[in-house]
Amino acid sequence: MYRTMLTIRRTEELLVKLYAAGRIYGGVHTYIGEEAVATGVCANLRITDLVFSTHRGHGHALAKGMPPRELIPEVLGKVTGCSGGRGGSMHLFKPEIGFMGSSGIVGPSITLAAGSAYAAKLLKMDRVSVAFFGDGATNNGSFHEGINLAAAWELPAVFVCENNLYATEVPYATVTRNVDVASRAQGYGLPGISVDGNDVMGVHKAAGEAVRRARSGEGPTLIACNTYRTRAHSEGMRDAGYRAAEEIAHWKDRDPIKALEGRLLAEAATQADLEAVDAEVKALVEEASAFALSSQMPDPSTVTRYVYSEG
Amino acid sequence: MREMTFVDAAREGLAEEMARDPSIFVVGEGIGARGGNFNTTVGLFDLYGPERLRDAPISERGFTAMCIGAAAGGARPVVDFMFIDFLTDAFGDMFNQMSKLQWMSGGRIKMPIVVRGCVGVAPSNAAHHSGNYYPFFMHVPGFRVVMPSTPADAKGLLKTSIRSDDPVLFLEHKSVLTLKGPVPEGEHLVPFGKASVAREGRDVTVVGIAFMVRRALEAAEELSREGISVEVIDPRTLAPLDIDTVLASVRKTGRLLIVDEDFAPCGAASEIAMQVMERGFDDLDAPVKRVNGLFCPAPYSPSLGEHIVPTTTAISQALRDLLAE
Repeated sequence: MYRTMLTIRRTEELLVKLYAAGRIYGGVHTYIGEEAVATGVCANLRITDLVFSTHRGHGHALAKGMPPRELIPEVLGKVTGCSGGRGGSMHLFKPEIGFMGSSGIVGPSITLAAGSAYAAKLLKMDRVSVAFFGDGATNNGSFHEGINLAAAWELPAVFVCENNLYATEVPYATVTRNVDVASRAQGYGLPGISVDGNDVMGVHKAAGEAVRRARSGEGPTLIACNTYRTRAHSEGMRDAGYRAAEEIAHWKDRDPIKALEGRLLAEAATQADLEAVDAEVKALVEEASAFALSSQMPDPSTVTRYVYSEG
Repeated sequence: MREMTFVDAAREGLAEEMARDPSIFVVGEGIGARGGNFNTTVGLFDLYGPERLRDAPISERGFTAMCIGAAAGGARPVVDFMFIDFLTDAFGDMFNQMSKLQWMSGGRIKMPIVVRGCVGVAPSNAAHHSGNYYPFFMHVPGFRVVMPSTPADAKGLLKTSIRSDDPVLFLEHKSVLTLKGPVPEGEHLVPFGKASVAREGRDVTVVGIAFMVRRALEAAEELSREGISVEVIDPRTLAPLDIDTVLASVRKTGRLLIVDEDFAPCGAASEIAMQVMERGFDDLDAPVKRVNGLFCPAPYSPSLGEHIVPTTTAISQALRDLLAE
């Protein structure tokens, strides 16, 4: 899990640099500070389990097993990207490993995951479907309808809310009377668990139990992971006027990777061990970056392919 | 050949497909033990139970998006909206997810999903149960739009729709549901993008859509008594649209009238007319004309309702006017 978290962090640090250098055409929503959530959840999943992601989806994709050399070129609009340059940062796809796509629309990850869970139940497939979504989505109708359907029909799904306190730049507490996301589960008749989203071990444990429940036919679980994004909503956007510098500093102190490093150093690893992992991850990301930068742009004549199933 | 109603023929098609493929399931309000408001699923609950005939709450956005996920996840859902008006709550996910996921995933995710429901102005159904809406879906890449007008086509096109890996809008006009017609025994599939010539003629071409095919046929019969030979074309699917069959007819007759109950602006009739202009202008002996429903929501009172839908008399008169051009 340490390696996965570092892979997400180093990949996104690279994307931030590329964005600043003007190499990225569209929006980039970083997951920096939230890496423990995707990592802790996906460590419980098999390649055949399905993940439905959000606009802030780099971490979900990498944690589900997408290599950086498929993600980085996608964000650069290259043909070698995971969506062939069609999607960019917000529309990552790799269904072969159960990564069913990140989305520019807030909410449908919930209902779509309920649907793939319905298919798994109907077709008696041993498969768990996971929806990631932010606090913003909990105030969208998809949350209400999707979670109600999943609970009513005991579908093998796990709903993971990444509560980073802001829906874009709107504070959750100013648009929500009950900010305890997990407590909403009671109203729908499914278990709701609240965890520290910056503690990868805690997320891993809670998600492990939720995945076990789903897999054994006990129905869905809602997990609220309380976390924080330390960078702007999207790269290049003005990150001021809606939150205090002290708040950002407070959460930077609670960095999930630093927290895990502290724990590893205390229990199992040496500084040299951690540095060795970091060096490997950096090399991987640098290789992916070079590959992405040297990759071709997609052929314009292919743009209308796959509008329909026959290609 | 045996005669069946439109509804019975479509249901036979659904039943055959459900027997053939266990990944097909139906979701909708009252489509379980009750068999559907329009009898679309009568008898199937006893055969296949609640997982494949899933009664849904009034969560149109939720269960439609759920079916998008189910289609992406290997099943073949049929969403039965009863009245297509209820689909409006699901527009967002239909446009942003259902129509785009195949393209966005480079063809790696398939979207075999049928969205069915009744369309059209029927007596006193009023403003929230009379929508047509098909031009919205003709406008968006990724959708198939199917509008049969006969029982045989209802069965054959529903089976093709269920087997399609693309999202299909299967729209059933309320005024044809109980009409009877011949339906072939055994396997019967009708391909997308293949119009049918419902009546052959020499002097003028009419393209009708759904129930308007019936009205156009009545008008053609009326005009035949005046010595006028009218060709009636039923496109059957609006996306893909078989413009070649229309062009071949216009080459013969030189005149085209399009009859569409739906609103005129940016509608199916506009699209057909434009395509004929682009590819068949030299074959036209007169400007293309259209007869549409009036541009207003559907009313309740019978005296108002009869006023907004193109009548056989109006179609006949439009044909006479077109021949006088």
